[in-house]
Amino acid sequence: MGDLFDYSDYGQLLALVHNSLIAAALLGLVGGLVGVFVQLRDMQFAVHGISELSFAGAAAALLLGANVALGSVVGSLLAAALIGGLGVRARDRNSVIGVLMPFGLGLGVLFLALYEGRAANKFGLLTGQVVAVDTVRLNWLVGVSIVVLAGMALIWRPLLFVSADPEVAVARGLPAGLLSVGFTLLLGLAVSMAVQVVGALLVLSLLVTPAAAAFRVTASPVLAPVLSVVFAVVSAVGGILLALGGSIPISPFVTTISFVIYLVCRAVSVRRVRGGWGHRLPAAAAPTPVSIP
Amino acid sequence: MTTVSGPALSLRDARMSFGDRVLWSGLDLELQPGEFLAVLGPNGVGKSTLLKAVLGQLPLAAGQLLVGGRPPGRGSATVGYVPQQKSMDAATPLRARDLVALGLDGHRWGVRRRSAEARRRVDEALEAVGATGYADAPIGLLSGGEQQRVRIAQALATDPALLLCDEPLLSLDLRHQRAVSAMIDRRRREHDTAVVFVTHEINPVLDLVDRVLYIAGGRHRVGTPADVLTSATLSELYRTPVDVLDVRGRIVVVGTQEEPGGCEHHEQHGDTSAEPATSVRRG
Repeated sequence: MGDLFDYSDYGQLLALVHNSLIAAALLGLVGGLVGVFVQLRDMQFAVHGISELSFAGAAAALLLGANVALGSVVGSLLAAALIGGLGVRARDRNSVIGVLMPFGLGLGVLFLALYEGRAANKFGLLTGQVVAVDTVRLNWLVGVSIVVLAGMALIWRPLLFVSADPEVAVARGLPAGLLSVGFTLLLGLAVSMAVQVVGALLVLSLLVTPAAAAFRVTASPVLAPVLSVVFAVVSAVGGILLALGGSIPISPFVTTISFVIYLVCRAVSVRRVRGGWGHRLPAAAAPTPVSIP
Repeated sequence: MTTVSGPALSLRDARMSFGDRVLWSGLDLELQPGEFLAVLGPNGVGKSTLLKAVLGQLPLAAGQLLVGGRPPGRGSATVGYVPQQKSMDAATPLRARDLVALGLDGHRWGVRRRSAEARRRVDEALEAVGATGYADAPIGLLSGGEQQRVRIAQALATDPALLLCDEPLLSLDLRHQRAVSAMIDRRRREHDTAVVFVTHEINPVLDLVDRVLYIAGGRHRVGTPADVLTSATLSELYRTPVDVLDVRGRIVVVGTQEEPGGCEHHEQHGDTSAEPATSVRRG
């Protein structure tokens, strides 16, 4: 274990990954919020599909010597637009994703095979890197986060309505299709951020697991996103802090922390449901008295 | 409350068709404030489509449709809507009170704190349907009957002048069918809300409705239950001999492919003993 973990120069290491920590915290914030709707709208598979195309975009940028962050954003948005435009119904959506994903991954592998630069650059796109975040990339991440957060703030309540209760929301005049496409694009941006920090293969650990865990322990529409964000930030930042001392990429740490949080939440929820979560107040247990002749 | 002078809903020579297939045509109807209309008929005759037209989601093929004197707009707060019952996913991060609150302001953009006024209205709406006891329970963990009460609270939170209900009694046991019907009846009496109630089971609301609209075989008839639910009228609509029987105050229609007059009792539930079970053979 000695070669894997060495925390003796931790203070200096910490200074080195300053940018990465900010990036991880931002990603936790964005991923935790977006994840709430990934969960509500059953878009877990879409997250995976978009991340593979985002990876292809980043790999293409790497090959062409262009900005990798930009490449990843372009790949993500392209995938999100296709998924949002072609797959309005859940079943269509999943088949569109199933078709796009292997194609994107194949392209990405091709670009990486053609790339002759540092091998660490290649590997990082798939599994993430601790020190991959330089100041330029951090600026990108901050910019993208601001766009996603502003967009989510704007559509939050109608999106919640249309996701949880589509018939009534549409009856109240909400544009379900437009909201769906809008959210998918914001999701695409969030995925492209995650690809650059945890790598394409492990995006789900920050966009799906934290919200899934939060939904286990609360039904409050305020507390659910708050917990989801806390879980995602703890996973991402905690993963980096643990990964610092070793030669292992950050992803296993991030995924393990988020998985453990999920397990704990499941255990809590089992106990709560057994103990009668959502129990009625005794006074109202009886139906309102109604008299029918 | 929203006061409407004139009819809450009016249809004149209205026609709904998809391509060559005409669901209904020549439909004339004026619904006054506080009036309770049941829309009856077998599956697929365009009962829910009528609601979609009133909600402004589908245009009429011909004729005129006015809601509160105006053409139907999409998303009006003066129209409440209770959709066909579909149970919510157990992991939906909403409590009963949140679903009602969405009915009140879920269509507004942006994040905003709910005012004390909004909270008061949500509490009132929940109380009116007797759902205060589970206001803070996760919506996905409520029973079908409880969810349906919450849905009615949601539809009524904006104090609409017109309430549209699509099969609101489906999958409820008799006790809840009666409670939900009585709740809607009380609402229209106290607040003058006009009600359009799509159902294929008339009996739970038979004593409450003012008029029925019966659609079958591309034809329809509007009138009081006593006028419409007769062997002669239904035989004419179905173009086949149909018998309407009165069994201890319950109406049973025999002889149609389906029995929209109400043979689908939910006897599988345990607590329906208040009502003698009616068994009907198909003709």
